[in-house]
Amino acid sequence: MPETTEHIVKRYDQELKRLAALITSMGGMVESQVALACTAILEGDSEAASRAIESDPAVDGLEREVEQFVIRLLALRQPMAQDLRLIFASLKITGDFERIGDYATNVAKRSLVLRQFALPFKLSGLAHMSRLVQENLKLIVDAVGETNTEKALQVWRSDAAIDEIYDALFRELITYMMEDPRNITPCTHLLFIAKNLERIGDHATNIAELVHYAELGVPLIDARPKGDTSSSAVVRPAREQ
Amino acid sequence: MSTTMNDSVNKPNIGAMETRSGAALSAARISIRNLDFFYGANKALKGINAEIPDRQVTGMIGPSGCGKSTLLRVINRMYDLYPGQRATGEVLMDGANIIAPGVDLNHLRSRIGMVFQKPTPFPMSIYDNIAFGVKLHEQLSKTAMDERVEWSLTRAALWGEVKDRLGTSAMGLSGGQQQRLCIARTIAVRPEVILFDEPTSALDPISTLKIEELIDELKRDFTIVIVTHNMQQAARCADQVAFFYLGELVEVGTAAQMFTAPQQHRTQEYITGRFG
Repeated sequence: MPETTEHIVKRYDQELKRLAALITSMGGMVESQVALACTAILEGDSEAASRAIESDPAVDGLEREVEQFVIRLLALRQPMAQDLRLIFASLKITGDFERIGDYATNVAKRSLVLRQFALPFKLSGLAHMSRLVQENLKLIVDAVGETNTEKALQVWRSDAAIDEIYDALFRELITYMMEDPRNITPCTHLLFIAKNLERIGDHATNIAELVHYAELGVPLIDARPKGDTSSSAVVRPAREQ
Repeated sequence: MSTTMNDSVNKPNIGAMETRSGAALSAARISIRNLDFFYGANKALKGINAEIPDRQVTGMIGPSGCGKSTLLRVINRMYDLYPGQRATGEVLMDGANIIAPGVDLNHLRSRIGMVFQKPTPFPMSIYDNIAFGVKLHEQLSKTAMDERVEWSLTRAALWGEVKDRLGTSAMGLSGGQQQRLCIARTIAVRPEVILFDEPTSALDPISTLKIEELIDELKRDFTIVIVTHNMQQAARCADQVAFFYLGELVEVGTAAQMFTAPQQHRTQEYITGRFG
C-alpha cells in the first residue's frame, strides 16, 4: 500500500502522534514491570518486587490518560477508516497493557510471600515460561510502536508455546503437591504466578490482533492458537492420558 | 481504475459487508454500464460501472469536480437541457437504457425525481406546490388530489406543521420546511427513484437530521441516491457508498466497509481527510 500522507488538518496528525507516544510509553512501562516481577520470583529479589508493585499506579494513570484522549479524539475529529481503527485499537491496547501491569503486580506480590518457603525443587519451568512471555511482550511492544504486522503475527503464532509450558507446569506443580502436602501453599502461589504469566501472553496475543486489524482493516481470521488444556486436565484427567 | 460494485462486493475477506440495517445490498434497481459523459470535449465521467440497489440509499462522495453530481444529472437526463453535453454507454432501468434517444423525458422524470441543494418551492400555495406536478401526469378528482397532497406531506414529515395553512404561500416556510416540501412534491408523483443533490448543505443541523431521518423512512418505498459533501452524512444515511475521483468511480461498497476499511488507497486518503 502506498505511503500514507499527512492530514489536511495538521493538528490531527499531532494528536495521533501523541496517542501513539502514550501507548508506546505505556508498553515500555509494563515491559519493565513484567521484567521486574520475573526477577522477583526467579531470584527472590524483594527490591525488584517492590519496584514492580510501585510502578502500577503510573500504568493505571496512563490508561486513564489514553482513555480521556481517545474520547476527545472521537468527539472532535470523528475519525474514519484507518484513523478510526487505530484509535479504537489504541483504546483496547491500553486496556490490555493495564491488565498486563496488574498481572505483573500480582506476580511480584506473590514473590514476596514465596520467600517465606524453602522450595525443594527448581523453578526451571517457570524460568523458561517467563523468558518466552517476556520475549513476546517485547516483540508486541515493538510491533505496536512500529505498527509492524509481521511482528504481531509472530507473537500471535507463538502464544501456543506459552500455553503448552503452562500446561506442563500445572501438572508438575500438582505432582509436587501430591508428593508432600507441605508444598501445597507455595505451589498454589506458583500456580497463580504461572497463570498470571500465561494471561500476560494472552493479552500480548490480543494486542497482536489489534495491531493487525488497525493496520490492515481485516481481523486475524483463524481461531486464536490455543495450547492450554489445563482446565480440561482438571475436569477430565482420564481423557488426557 | 474503475471498480464495479460486483468487483468490490465479491472480494474475499472484506469484512463488514452488511449494510446499516445488517442486511445485504439488494438487487440492482439501476445498472450503469460503461458510462462516459462529456461536457463538450471534456470527459467528465470515465467508464462508470455501478449498480444502484433497490430501495436502499446509495451515497456518492468525492471532492468537487469528481463527477458525482454529473452522474446524478445523467440518471434523470437533466443534461438533455444543455447543448454540447452527451452521454455514452448504458443506464439500465427495467432492462431499458434510459439515456437512449427516444425516451419520454417527462415520463422518465416522473419515475426518477430529484431534490436539489437549495429548496426550490414554487411561488404558490403549499397545496399547489404539491398538486402542480401531479396534474402534469394524472387526472385526479378534488378528493383524490386532497388525499395525495396529505399523503405526500405526511411522508415528507411536514403534514403536522402545515395542515392548517395549506393555502398560504410556500415561500413563508423555513428553509428546512421548504426542503421537506420539495421532497413532498417529488414523492407526490410516486417516483421509483429519488435523487438528492446535496439536499442539506443549505440547512441547519436540526433540519439536516430531519431530512436524514426522512431519507431513512423513504427508502422503504423508494430507491435513493444522495450526493453529499458531508462524509458523516453519507456514513449516517447510506447503505452503499461510491467514491468518485476525477471522473472515475474509484471504489464502491457498503457504508460500513467504506468507512471502516476501504480497499483503495485513494478512498482511504479522502475519507480520513488526507487528500490534497
